[in-house]
Amino acid sequence: MSTLVDADEAKILLEASIAGTLPDERGRFGPFGGRYIPETLVPAFERLEQGIADHLHTESFQSEFRSELKNWVGRPTALTHAPRLSEAWGADVWLKREDLAHTGAHKINNAIGQALLAKRLGAKRIIAETGAGQHGVASAAACARVGLPCRVYMGAVDIERQAPNVDRMLRLGAEVFPVESGDKTLRAAIDEALREWVTDPAGIYYLIGSAVGAHPYPYLVRELQAVIGQEAREQMIRQAGGLPDAAFACVGGGSNAIGLFYPLLGDREIELIGVEAGGTGDGLGQNAATLATGTPGVLQGSYSVILQDENGNVRETHSISAGLDYSGVGPEHALLQAVGRVSYVSASDAEALAALEELCEMEGILTALETAHAYAAASKWARKNPGKRILIGNSGRGDKDMPTLTRYPVRTSRNVTA
Amino acid sequence: MLPHEKISAALATAKENGRTGLVPFITAGYPDPAKFIATLKAVAEHGDVVELGVPFSDPMADGMTIQRSSFAAIENGVTLRWIFEELDKASGEIDTPLVMMSYLNPLLAFGYESLAKRARETGVCGFIVPDLPLEESDEIRAALDAEGIGLIQLVTPATPDKRLRVLADTSRGFLYAVTITGTTGGDVGLPADLAGYLDRVAAISNLPVCAGFGIRTAEDVRNVGRHVAGAIVGSALVEVLERGEDPAKFLKDLR
Repeated sequence: MSTLVDADEAKILLEASIAGTLPDERGRFGPFGGRYIPETLVPAFERLEQGIADHLHTESFQSEFRSELKNWVGRPTALTHAPRLSEAWGADVWLKREDLAHTGAHKINNAIGQALLAKRLGAKRIIAETGAGQHGVASAAACARVGLPCRVYMGAVDIERQAPNVDRMLRLGAEVFPVESGDKTLRAAIDEALREWVTDPAGIYYLIGSAVGAHPYPYLVRELQAVIGQEAREQMIRQAGGLPDAAFACVGGGSNAIGLFYPLLGDREIELIGVEAGGTGDGLGQNAATLATGTPGVLQGSYSVILQDENGNVRETHSISAGLDYSGVGPEHALLQAVGRVSYVSASDAEALAALEELCEMEGILTALETAHAYAAASKWARKNPGKRILIGNSGRGDKDMPTLTRYPVRTSRNVTA
Repeated sequence: MLPHEKISAALATAKENGRTGLVPFITAGYPDPAKFIATLKAVAEHGDVVELGVPFSDPMADGMTIQRSSFAAIENGVTLRWIFEELDKASGEIDTPLVMMSYLNPLLAFGYESLAKRARETGVCGFIVPDLPLEESDEIRAALDAEGIGLIQLVTPATPDKRLRVLADTSRGFLYAVTITGTTGGDVGLPADLAGYLDRVAAISNLPVCAGFGIRTAEDVRNVGRHVAGAIVGSALVEVLERGEDPAKFLKDLR
């Protein structure tokens, strides 16, 4: 990555990131981002960009958004001290509890924000894509809340491994559209949603679920998710007695991570660590560690780091968690890596499972498999850096993962007692 | 004559002969890589310009037919490098100007300068890049321009006149008028106000205009031919190849 941004540029871009002046007017985070879309979608993106300029930072929109976050989503979410985990790791561990947000994950912040925006833009219906199903559930709920019909595109593979979320979406009044093309996971679902959007760019609002895609989506999603880091920063000072030495968040597309990290970028003493899915190994198609092993390219609307072969075809990925199983990553993360402000590591399927279990047993929190990756990396880091204060973005709860988890025996082989 | 001028000239010749220019699209190496050049020759004989699809793993702007052909071609090892090598072998045997349709990422991975050079060597006169809007296209256009290779712009029924003018002025070879707002291969048919739209595009463009998306029958070709220079036939032809039928016969019947 260093080849794209030299040392001098990196300094300038780091300052711009911290100052909040990125993306620029072309939707660029340094070399990354931009808008690579078919001509058929140009009017739709221009309309969206104008809509964001007209509404997003107005007092009227922000007060409606804040009110929904407080009264419907249940914000601010708690900052929870984890005393037993702290003892086990030799650290002072704090958890930002996005799992306590309505519908069980950080996804709802973005979903309700964009649904309110869609309403203001006069959309007739909303479409969304989903991987783990959390964004689908959040979108279904947000659409019900604002009174707009919702269709969720979901890969056939994901439908199978996230069955409880499919049922939740249907009950929340959404239509779930199975995607049988491509890799049948999140990437194919995004492609299919974009294809649908092209058919009626004026009537449809596309509610993207992560900080990925063409400009202005990475920007919009960051702005709506930044509430995570804003709250966490304040709560750390008030409850933990100061800012953390390190903050961890899992990264698929990267919306929860950018939400947590963005408000902390200026606190340079905080080490920021994004954790990708290391899957079953380092080999081709065995993981979804995009930033760790990928190369620059254009996928689904933006120039970022992607997993691809030498011919520019996007590689399929593997992760135990559907929400991290994506061959791309948000362009802002690509920049934050390039300028050295955030480091990106990976945790394997097995490490994530072990971390999930440890958290359950130590703190009584069943976290999402995605989130468990952040714990796995944080635990390793804590052992190497004893006595530090650590913040972990607990991005979602693990109830949705029960079908996957039941395939793995409980580590301590406890039995059901009669 | 520069490569991109060969495209415009071929369409102009068709018009002089009182025909609608026919631009057949095939996915390179589909369904059988071993028959690629034979298929290309058969198609080139009946087309004024041939559009050659480079398979890509994420064909976002394409419908099911072209997606299927794209995935099958990748499975069979078809890459941009391979396509150029096959075209090398057929050097001098195909007179019809070729344009490549490729999503941006395979071109990025290949490198723009080598791309332009290889295109010139193999008779590829232009590129259509469906996920590359004008705003992001300076770098590749400069590289292609250096070898006289055209970057063909697309316009749609939703494109405002002001933008349409800029796109028409920037395009080389021909201007691609997307007939429907949707992906390729749709069954929705051509829109009711097609004539008005195509006339508007033709009036603004100094280049020949070719209409594409949803053109499947001889009647469709005649319909668009009343308004613009050429008709692009994609999914319907790929379906012919998918069924193992004769592409030459299909194209003859479109005339």
